[in-house]
Amino acid sequence: MQFDSFSAFLNMGGYGFYVWLSFGVSTALLAGLIFSSITNHTKVIKDIATRQQREDKLRQVRKDRKNSKNNEPKEENQ
Amino acid sequence: MWKWLHPYANPEVSYHFTGKLLPWLSTLATLFLSIGIIWALAFAPADYQQGDSFRIFYIHVPAASLSMGIYLGMAIAAFTSMVWQFKLADASAAAMAPVGAVFTAIALITGAAWGKPMWGTWWIWDARLTSELILLFLYLGVIALHSAFEDKNLAGKAAGILTLVGVINLPIIKYSVEWWNTLHQGSTVSKLGKPSMSVDMLWPFLFCFLGFALLVGVIICIRFRSEILTRNSIRPWVRTLVSAHLTQEKNNAVR
Repeated sequence: MQFDSFSAFLNMGGYGFYVWLSFGVSTALLAGLIFSSITNHTKVIKDIATRQQREDKLRQVRKDRKNSKNNEPKEENQ
Repeated sequence: MWKWLHPYANPEVSYHFTGKLLPWLSTLATLFLSIGIIWALAFAPADYQQGDSFRIFYIHVPAASLSMGIYLGMAIAAFTSMVWQFKLADASAAAMAPVGAVFTAIALITGAAWGKPMWGTWWIWDARLTSELILLFLYLGVIALHSAFEDKNLAGKAAGILTLVGVINLPIIKYSVEWWNTLHQGSTVSKLGKPSMSVDMLWPFLFCFLGFALLVGVIICIRFRSEILTRNSIRPWVRTLVSAHLTQEKNNAVR
């Protein structure tokens, strides 16, 4: 250990402000990058899922419409 | 000879492979970074001239050399995609650009915080500092081009051209301290032969460097996986993967 006390450690031989500024900014930037990368990944999955659900719904509606059209002539015949 | 590489050209295989790699990489990165940073801050001896301000070195130098290393990796990926039309290479280049930009910013900011007490100024238009700033702008340009086009192939091509043109900046950064005799000091660690640094200062540096390099690997893996998913969103394997993820999320919510 290079420092006698915790306050000496924080003081960094008079360069405390510059040392902790560097380490603080670097930690903040890296934490931000990691956080945004992870949230972006879940967002990508959710976006694909919503698009998929929309397509499925659209397909279902088209299918229903087709079926009802096919049924209509039968009803008229009766 | 290169046949073992072929399966990794498949996006699905790469997605699952990087997924398996991630926990290992993150564990190693945490281990090396925590040991390295604690060693650097509390146990490494102070410099005889610069005192404790020299501890900034343990972030500044790894960040600066990784900012160049990531650019080199991005350039190789861009070249691969351009010559062999290898689509995954574009995805990896797009994953690397933001990581490289953040590391360049860290190198510049820690450099400024080190320059103020040692040189008496936050910034000077020194050759090394200016070329590193240009590297940051190159990264920002590449990121902008990747997100400027809806068509990811076109985006990859445009960003790739900028990346390859920008490679000229790498030797300029590397040799700027030798070509122009300005304020920034010459290299200490990456000298050919013996580094001009005492061993008890060098070891924590090696731990920090390896830790940061592993962290770069972790973040690139995460971003690469997102890029693969966006580029393959209509493939059946992505559809099954996404629906599996959704049902799992629903189950978790019910519990």
